[in-house]
Amino acid sequence: MRDITFGQYIPSDSVIHRLDPRVKLVLLFAYIISTFCTFNFYALSVPLVFAVLCIFLSKIPFRQYMKSMKAVFAVILITSVLNLFYGHGEVIFEWVFIKITRSALNNSAFIVVRILCLIISSAVLTFTTTPTDLTDAIERLMKPLKVFHINVHSIAMMMTIALRFVPTLLEETDKIMMAQKARGADLESGGVLQRVKALIPILIPLFVSAIQRAMDLAMAMECRCYNGGKGRTRMKVLSIHSRDIMGIVVFIFSLTLLIIFDIFIAHTVR
Amino acid sequence: MKTIIHTENLSLTYGLKTPFEKKAVDDLNIDIYEGEFLGIIGHTGSGKSSLVQMLNGLIKPTQGKIFLNGKDIHADKKKLREVRFKVGMVFQYPEYQLFEETVYKDIAFGPINKGITGTELDSCIRDAARFTGLNEILFDKSPFELSGGEKRRAAISGIIAMTPDVLILDEPTAGLDPQGRDRLLRQINTYHKAKSNTIVLVSHSMEDIARYADRILVMNKGRCEMLGTAKEVFSQGEKLSEMGLRVPQITSIVQKLRANGIELPADILTVEQAYFEISKLLDKRGYIQ
Repeated sequence: MRDITFGQYIPSDSVIHRLDPRVKLVLLFAYIISTFCTFNFYALSVPLVFAVLCIFLSKIPFRQYMKSMKAVFAVILITSVLNLFYGHGEVIFEWVFIKITRSALNNSAFIVVRILCLIISSAVLTFTTTPTDLTDAIERLMKPLKVFHINVHSIAMMMTIALRFVPTLLEETDKIMMAQKARGADLESGGVLQRVKALIPILIPLFVSAIQRAMDLAMAMECRCYNGGKGRTRMKVLSIHSRDIMGIVVFIFSLTLLIIFDIFIAHTVR
Repeated sequence: MKTIIHTENLSLTYGLKTPFEKKAVDDLNIDIYEGEFLGIIGHTGSGKSSLVQMLNGLIKPTQGKIFLNGKDIHADKKKLREVRFKVGMVFQYPEYQLFEETVYKDIAFGPINKGITGTELDSCIRDAARFTGLNEILFDKSPFELSGGEKRRAAISGIIAMTPDVLILDEPTAGLDPQGRDRLLRQINTYHKAKSNTIVLVSHSMEDIARYADRILVMNKGRCEMLGTAKEVFSQGEKLSEMGLRVPQITSIVQKLRANGIELPADILTVEQAYFEISKLLDKRGYIQ
């Protein structure tokens, strides 16, 4: 249980680590959208090169990225195999009832590269940004929503608290599991129904203590006169530096390249 | 005396082969005798809790073996559950393990897992509640409605109801008021005397350990520093204070009196003993009519 890492922030001293979290977040969104707007291999190569560049700049060992890709390996495999069977036109492989066409092969390869780009880019964000920085960035970026009377500060506070308590609750689960095992709870054997039933002695104490903890925390916050975001200042104020501008410029340049490829070179997928 | 638990080169390392590697228990060779009351003391982080959690197979040691009645407990993975019924474990702040609808059902969880049924089950539950001083009126209440002390008693009853041969208690009195602590420890001692089973008590309170334990294990940095009777251990006050521990308050008072030339025995561990010896002395000197 204790081996589960959440947020997966990996400390290091790289350009990507020092980028403003708001910039990183916005660029990630733009990147993901642009990756889905590629229609031929030339255009697709742009986000791929960009992702590889980020991996190098982040100074994080490649095996960490491999680990995050391993988690979705099954998804990649299934989607690419399924896509192999859909396609028209020139048949390049035929065996009994299986027909694989060139366009299907192209599609399949395209999807694999797209998913890889998505995973790498989101991994770059979570590896190089602390969860607190991330929620900070989300709070700042959502500020315009105040117009619609959405309490952005509360949402950000909830996210911060939730992230803060993930390790605590994991530890708690570990403790409760041990205590119930000491009472002879059998968590490892039996059918599905029995295993679900075996979880009750763990889930109930966990919920009880989580609710208790939440109430204690609320009390402690009120004791320190917490009353929402009004008039609060920050210890660390986010600010845009020249490296952030550089990052944006590089991204816009690659985006332009992608659009040019898309427009002037024939589409291979639709 | 017959050995019930024996450990051989027992070691436990957390975070093996990572930068956070930490030895919690280091090459421990101890014997726990059948029917004894063993106290374990040690500074915070000395490996007490890790040790007791290994004794009933909840944590697997990184090295070494644990023998229960002469059998290696990790030899057969399927028998590990049986070990846990024989070696009952009460965790620190055991209240969080309560989950059933009623107190009665919650105490029954352990014994039912063990396979006890029918009238035997009922008598196990009532016996356990009697030993911890839990009133039977509370049986039909939800465990979450109980007070802190009652919750603690209900949780401990849930372990005692499994009728273990060895009962391990990891700081059972933490967070209780002084009266509650005394009462709970007295009841555990009564239980020990009535069933003549083995008790392992982990505690920070030298007074409690001195009062009840037959033998004391002193842990320091994962190693066994001393293992002997209360008198043997508490006669080495200096060595204890080097480890951040101390002798019971009454023992240090008696030692100071002795240093000032008052002839009291050196091995006084409880207030009652001191009271008895001092009144004997006063009587001898003619202060008491």
